[in-house]
Amino acid sequence: MARFEIYVTYKKGIFDPPGATAERALVNLGYDEVGSVKIGKYIQLEVADGTPMERVREMCDKLLANPVIEDYRIETVGEA
Amino acid sequence: MRFGVVRFPGSNCEQDVVHAVQHLGFDAGYIWHGDTDLAGYDAIVLPGGFSYGDYIRCGAVARFSPVMAEVVRFAERGGPVIGICNGFQILTEAHLLPGALLRNTGLKFVCKPASLRVEESVCQWLDLPPGTVVSVPVNHNEGNFICDDETLERIRGNGQVVLRYCEPDGTTADGGSAPNGALDDIAGITNERGNVFGLMPHPERVVDPVSGGTDGQEFFSAIAERVVNAG
Repeated sequence: MARFEIYVTYKKGIFDPPGATAERALVNLGYDEVGSVKIGKYIQLEVADGTPMERVREMCDKLLANPVIEDYRIETVGEA
Repeated sequence: MRFGVVRFPGSNCEQDVVHAVQHLGFDAGYIWHGDTDLAGYDAIVLPGGFSYGDYIRCGAVARFSPVMAEVVRFAERGGPVIGICNGFQILTEAHLLPGALLRNTGLKFVCKPASLRVEESVCQWLDLPPGTVVSVPVNHNEGNFICDDETLERIRGNGQVVLRYCEPDGTTADGGSAPNGALDDIAGITNERGNVFGLMPHPERVVDPVSGGTDGQEFFSAIAERVVNAG
């Protein structure tokens, strides 16, 4: 099996309520150096060997991410 | 007039909708999400709940239920479709309505009556004069409507913004009146044609006066009248 890791994050300009809350909480805890926190999703995907990247992108566009609000990045990590 | 109310695994407001429309004297039936036959229904309701456990994103999986391909065809033929709460989320995921619904800004599930102002729109589901204020409960965790600037400008221009959260007197508070952070206080939108309507509040819960109000009656009676008159 081939393995991919997918990172889904909000598009620029889309407000991320959990990220903003974590950011405020860290500052409140005394971590004044914190500039911004963004919280997204991390997906591990295992597919048959030889599956083209195009198919993985299709899976992201159709279901795993919502292109209206989210961007995604796919990393190939080799054999599962 | 017969409403078809779709049942997804995890729907939990479908019985409320059936009760509401029957209370108004209309006929209603359940449609299982795996069915593909919408014959005999004049309007389709996607009810509230937690279809497929809200996994991935609210409505993201329900959108691919077998029944949804038929709902899309029904809508494309001009058939009236309403999505309430989770139903609204499903309609945006299915691209029948623009935008998306994010987690509430306050990170809290909101469950309370909300004042809504009826806007001037092309929506076929409401016949109330613009400016009318109704009180309808909201009950959600992801009702924070968002879309890009271009889409916002387009839906405003086309009269696709149907309902805005407001104060009980119909004004908008400084910093907005949405309980969930929704862009431009948007509580409900329609498509360009006006036959597909999505909203976060639950009108079915204020139809039978026993549940605390009647402001939701119009949300089902206006479309019924329209369908019967077109009949």
